[in-house]
Amino acid sequence: MSEMTINLKIWRQKNTDDPGRFEDYKLGGVNEHMSFLEMLDVLNEDLIKKGDDPVEFDYDCREGICGSCNMVINGKAHGPKHKTAACQLHMRTYSDGDTIVIEPPRAAAFPVIRDLVVDRTAFDRIIEAGGYISVKTGAAPEANLIPVEQEVSNQAFDYATCIGCGACVAACPNSSASLFTGAKIAHLNRLPQGKPERARRTIAMVDQMEKEGFGDCSNYAECEAVCPVGISIASIAEMRREYMKAIF
Amino acid sequence: MPSLLEAFQSQVGRKILTGITGFLLVFFIIFHLAGNLAIFGEPDAMNSYSHFLHQLGPLLWLARIGLLLIFVIHAWIGISIWLKKRKARPVDYKVYSTKGGPSKQSLSSRSMAFTGVVLLVFVVFHINTFALGDMADTQLANGTVVHDIKTLVIDTFQNPFYAFGYTFVMILLGAHLGHGIWSAFTSLTLRSKKASAVIYSIGVIAAILLAVGFLFIPLYIYFGGGCEAALIQCN
Ligand code: HEM
Ligand code: FES
Repeated sequence: MSEMTINLKIWRQKNTDDPGRFEDYKLGGVNEHMSFLEMLDVLNEDLIKKGDDPVEFDYDCREGICGSCNMVINGKAHGPKHKTAACQLHMRTYSDGDTIVIEPPRAAAFPVIRDLVVDRTAFDRIIEAGGYISVKTGAAPEANLIPVEQEVSNQAFDYATCIGCGACVAACPNSSASLFTGAKIAHLNRLPQGKPERARRTIAMVDQMEKEGFGDCSNYAECEAVCPVGISIASIAEMRREYMKAIF
Repeated sequence: MPSLLEAFQSQVGRKILTGITGFLLVFFIIFHLAGNLAIFGEPDAMNSYSHFLHQLGPLLWLARIGLLLIFVIHAWIGISIWLKKRKARPVDYKVYSTKGGPSKQSLSSRSMAFTGVVLLVFVVFHINTFALGDMADTQLANGTVVHDIKTLVIDTFQNPFYAFGYTFVMILLGAHLGHGIWSAFTSLTLRSKKASAVIYSIGVIAAILLAVGFLFIPLYIYFGGGCEAALIQCN
């Protein structure tokens, strides 16, 4: 098994107000089976042993389902592979001597907390504005009480797979959150449980998205290219149609 | 609920407006191109078409004002989207690149604001050259006296600056529409992942056809030597 030496150029920023800068690291002993995050773990072990501050990065599941690990690797959100979260990326993608530049997702609406960790609560506030259905709590209702066509449930599920990582925002030249917001609206509005609040939800979520300072969408579709679960830009078109229906 | 005016100022509302105005402008240039092709018709075709338009009187003015409004809304929103980029990402990436695949980032999509502004300047210049240009009077076969737009067009494109300048701008129009047609569909109607590749290809083909259609005329006149050219019949 070959071991690689990787040159890293990583964004270091102490806190939101610190202007930040890049630091260079040379990391030996990287093996091809390591995940990208494991490679960062090894770097951090070295840094801690030396008495330096480790590089802060977000993660939770490390299996591509929580969406925490969004970072921009050589200019691409979640790295070079399609439909792959950064935690699912492996070092076999790289070769000995490669230079890897790692930056946080950059957007005014996602302020950097430290190093590669950004504050993504703007997404939570978009969800709070309407990304839910209002139901009485209590015993779970009988699952087959409300019929949902197979096709509709498949489409809803495709949109429901959004893990809220924010790669769409990170990669968009305009820093737009349209793919995220569109996916939530397209998911909930097409299901019978979501229909009663359809108009209010659409207006409120679109409104919140703008208030958070995300940019406009220019249909670059870069969001679809970087989405680790491959959500289609058709969700953005659907958000626009839902918006039209809501205002007329 | 927001009022209609507020709704169209929202992010999504603005995009719907760029889409609608973009489509209307595409329809306009399709008609415009069809009109231009009259230059290849019988000797009177172009001048009688122009005369027909002028005869419409108030209707023509309605169309002109409508077009102006569409242009202004379209350009205003387009430029404001572009200006807002900076604010939404104050610190830019050191390294940035597209991930390819379904991405529609290209020279065409990244330069929409630039090609758009060139088109805006061009339109002013173009109206000054042809609509407001000096035209002699001429007689149609049926005796009606009309402005001789055909001769003005043919004379103008004998000048290499006009012939090549127009060609260049029409290439930029093609670039604008290469992303623009797909974008307008996506702003308004796109329904599935599969449709997206098809619509993008249709958009690019339509953009090329429109651009080539427009730039063919000045180049043909220039290289064909105006009235000497095989496909142009002059009186
Ligand atoms: C012949 C005239 C024009 C045609 C046919 C045209 C067509 C289009 C179309 C179809 C779109 C896509 C709409 C959408 O995204 O939904 C578009 C977008 C755009 N147009 Fe034009 N346009 C024209 C002139 C202009 C002018 C004069 C400007 C002036 C600045 C301009 C600026 C833009 C910009 C910036 C966009 C991108 C908007 C975005 O970021 O989504 N266009 N155009
Ligand atoms: S850490 Fe959960 S998706 Fe990557």
